Amino acid sequence: MINKTVANVREACEGIEDGMTFMLGGFGLCGIPENIINELVRRNIQNVTCISNNAGVDDFGLGLLLKKHQIKKMISSYVGENAEFERQMLSGEMEVELVPQGTLAQRCEAARTGIPAFYTPAGYGTEVAEGKETREFGGKMHIMEKAFEADFSFVKAWKGDEAGNLIFKGTARNFNPAMCGAGKITVAEVEELVPAGELDPNQVHIPGIFVQRIFQGEKYEKRIEQLTVRKK
Amino acid sequence: MALSKEQIAQRIAKEVKDGYYVNLGIGIPTLVANFVRDDIDVEFQSENGILGMGPFPFEGEEDPDLINAGKQTITALPGASFFDSAMSFGMIRGQHVDLTILGAMEVSQNGDIANWKIPGKMVKGMGGAMDLVASAENIIVAMMHTNRAGESKLLKQCSLPLTGVACVKKIVSNLAVIEIRDGKFHLLERAPGVSVEEIQKATEGEMVVDGEIPEMKF
Repeated sequence: MINKTVANVREACEGIEDGMTFMLGGFGLCGIPENIINELVRRNIQNVTCISNNAGVDDFGLGLLLKKHQIKKMISSYVGENAEFERQMLSGEMEVELVPQGTLAQRCEAARTGIPAFYTPAGYGTEVAEGKETREFGGKMHIMEKAFEADFSFVKAWKGDEAGNLIFKGTARNFNPAMCGAGKITVAEVEELVPAGELDPNQVHIPGIFVQRIFQGEKYEKRIEQLTVRKK
Repeated sequence: MALSKEQIAQRIAKEVKDGYYVNLGIGIPTLVANFVRDDIDVEFQSENGILGMGPFPFEGEEDPDLINAGKQTITALPGASFFDSAMSFGMIRGQHVDLTILGAMEVSQNGDIANWKIPGKMVKGMGGAMDLVASAENIIVAMMHTNRAGESKLLKQCSLPLTGVACVKKIVSNLAVIEIRDGKFHLLERAPGVSVEEIQKATEGEMVVDGEIPEMKF
């Protein structure tokens, strides 16, 4: 067993520098690496490019980095929940690349699986296709999209073991698996870290080979963005 | 009478057939789930990673790790499955989802759709809409026929940045059910009490009216 554990979030974030590109898992506030985001805020890391489906809300998730103007560029599919984001984007303080959600996921998946580029019909004939190579397959037009390049992938899983194997829960899985192994270094934070041998290998979602560092997060707020319930 | 949003959803629910996997967009499309007949088997897909999405949880039973694409707390029905975003859009691009229902700000008579951006005003992003419209074979758009100023949203050509080209096949609006074929709108059904003339007036694009147009049934 190759042990991937690090003691805490500080050790897990060793080597991060201003100007780097980070991938961050999560959909809305669901399945985001909360402890790592807090550490990025604490270290006041500057001019970073963040690849993340969303940008958090004003006072949680990536919104915390936005508020401190740490983000130079965001690459996302949907940013509607964050007023500060919209302000920084429209004023030109922050650069934004909007990417169709499936293309975003596939550009991560391509990066981690060694595929430099791929063709997708998503965005053909729209401004997303501007400047991109197009090609017809089976009578349908496609655009070429490239794999992302990132320095770090920051992901969050439900359970993990010392070997870096990961299991996700519910829809908190989302972008996390596709980002594992997509950045040069993948750091996973988990709610529960167990010794090797305790996870059933049949149930592992992401094998430890895609993960370089793993730690158990100190605490999880797991904020709900839109609480919708029905009466009993 | 023009339809309410609930009635639009109710009419669209009739298009949902036994054995369908269905992706519902945010807004009116979400309401469709409430009107699907309970004697047929349908599974709802939410692109953030669930098939077999159920209703909202009971108070106190919400799980922050279980949400839909609108970030609302949901439940998982028996037979549900979870998966990651790359697989989710693999399902969509691979045309395994039978029906996609989404909203629109504008639709053109050749089936172009715009629903993600108003330049300089609203830039929230396309989310999964571009992937959905580019790959789905069977797309129904739920929309209001006109904007608040009374201007048509069913146009010769979209004025807003496009989400996808020549992809919409059917529209259910507050006034009508319309099919898009051969680069034209074709009027299929009228909302109860709404005349063909009223629909014609609210439609900027070219619309074919062939014979007697029946009223919608729910």
